Amino acid sequence: MAEGIGIILLKFGFILLFALGLGGLLTWVERKQSAIMQDRIGANRASIFGLRLIGLFHPLADAIKMFTKESFTPASAEKFLFTLAPAISVFFALIGFAVIPFGDKLIFGDTVVNLQVAPLNVGLLYLFAVAGLAVYGVVLGAWASRNNYAMLGGMRAAAQMISYEVALGVTIFGSIMIYQTVDLQQIVHLQGGTFWGWLPAWGIFMQPLGFILFLTVGIAETKRVPFDAPEGESEIIGYFIEYSGMGFGMYFLTDFVETVMISAITVTLFFGGWQVPYLLADGFHFPWGEVWLLNNWTVALFQIASFSLKVMFFLWLQMAIRWTLPRFRYDQILRLGWKYILPISLLNIVLTGIVIMVLK
Amino acid sequence: MSINVHDKYKPLTFWEQLYFPTILSGLALTVRHFVRNMFAHTLRVLGIKLKWPGSVTIQYPEYLRPLFPRLRTLHRLAKREDGSPRCVACMMCETACPARCIYIVAEERLRHPQIEKVPQIFDIDLGLCIFCGFCVEACPEDAIRMDTGILEIANYARTGMIMNKDILLKLEPDETRFVQYNQEGEVVSTSILKQR
Repeated sequence: MAEGIGIILLKFGFILLFALGLGGLLTWVERKQSAIMQDRIGANRASIFGLRLIGLFHPLADAIKMFTKESFTPASAEKFLFTLAPAISVFFALIGFAVIPFGDKLIFGDTVVNLQVAPLNVGLLYLFAVAGLAVYGVVLGAWASRNNYAMLGGMRAAAQMISYEVALGVTIFGSIMIYQTVDLQQIVHLQGGTFWGWLPAWGIFMQPLGFILFLTVGIAETKRVPFDAPEGESEIIGYFIEYSGMGFGMYFLTDFVETVMISAITVTLFFGGWQVPYLLADGFHFPWGEVWLLNNWTVALFQIASFSLKVMFFLWLQMAIRWTLPRFRYDQILRLGWKYILPISLLNIVLTGIVIMVLK
Repeated sequence: MSINVHDKYKPLTFWEQLYFPTILSGLALTVRHFVRNMFAHTLRVLGIKLKWPGSVTIQYPEYLRPLFPRLRTLHRLAKREDGSPRCVACMMCETACPARCIYIVAEERLRHPQIEKVPQIFDIDLGLCIFCGFCVEACPEDAIRMDTGILEIANYARTGMIMNKDILLKLEPDETRFVQYNQEGEVVSTSILKQR
């Protein structure tokens, strides 16, 4: 039986809460993780009735501050575009989640629910389209605020994101060649099973070079340190210099949501998405022959938990990278993108092709 | 031992030019710190205290870090045993002060064989003071000292930054704020104080 509109809305709500919740929580993670990495304690002062809860109220305090602050529009700004740009930015960051599969199938009476909001057969191409449009919010906002620094930031963002867009497409070709599909749910399905009976058949074991390249390009796409030249807070302050209140908040949220997005795509393509090692549709089948049978709901829960945990691990990794490396210079970013990553990813395609030919 | 400045401009080796090995080594360092500190924090939540802390933070308004004894903190005027000020209004500190923040008006000290003068007014404008300590060095009577251990000097008005004679005479040295030494010059205690 087909899914009703209610189930689609439920799935939509789940993935939206997942993305926005993780995005909001990342402001706390950023403060705390950077503090722990640097032998500090981190923000822990926001409290409700004296309850501090290791600083978990700081995102809440941030949200209240952003919403109650004046949203200032400069007199010379293009008012319509200036207001629209942050919304565009956050919109394109969020709609990418529609094609991310977060589980297999949930049997619900006689309804089979596909745990993916939009089962598109061109999922990966859709993701590229969305990622390519994400730069428009930034450039529009920079242009519409009619500020020279914002303009510089916007131009940097355009140059950086467009050059890495090319590399982003090319790094994925290896995976597409192996799986022969761009449907993300199908790609995850093909990562089930094992190599030699014990090693989970995740994409990273077939595309190790592709994984490293994709993660690098992905971090560049989020515009965060070490690739934060568009922001460059110590030199040009960046494309959102004229934004205050929730306009700035939306740009800020975009960065975090994009971080979640990159984690989710990395997990889907290279770490088996929702796949749990040795978990098939009817339960665990361990390599030493033991079998634990589970019902459909438990399996689905395992899958969603597995997907969430993997995403959180990559969020942690991206945060660790963000707080370890300094910012690349603008020319270094472009040189890295065009002269190193793009040729290496082309080489990756050739190597993948040779290996596929040999194995046939 | 001096640092050879030319070492900083050595061209990168092939290993360093590969980016990823050096990035990974940097990442290993920060992740090692993260894991170690996270371990300590987790154990603390469970009630186990380790010898090494998970952070070097001193939570300032509640806790105060120990001060080095030679640190120049808020001034005070020392008193004699009978409670009268040691200051003889010789104007040495006022003369030595490079910021010109001390203002003294002398008056005659009555019924005393040796001491002829005492300050009638002794104002220090902390808004001007640069805490150089020249006044302490200039004082022949050891009357002005900077050992109160008070660092939090703030006010809403400039007039509130002016300390007069009565305030300066009331201040006492606070030895608990400072690192304690024994006769041999070894550190006895550097404990972090719980605020008041």
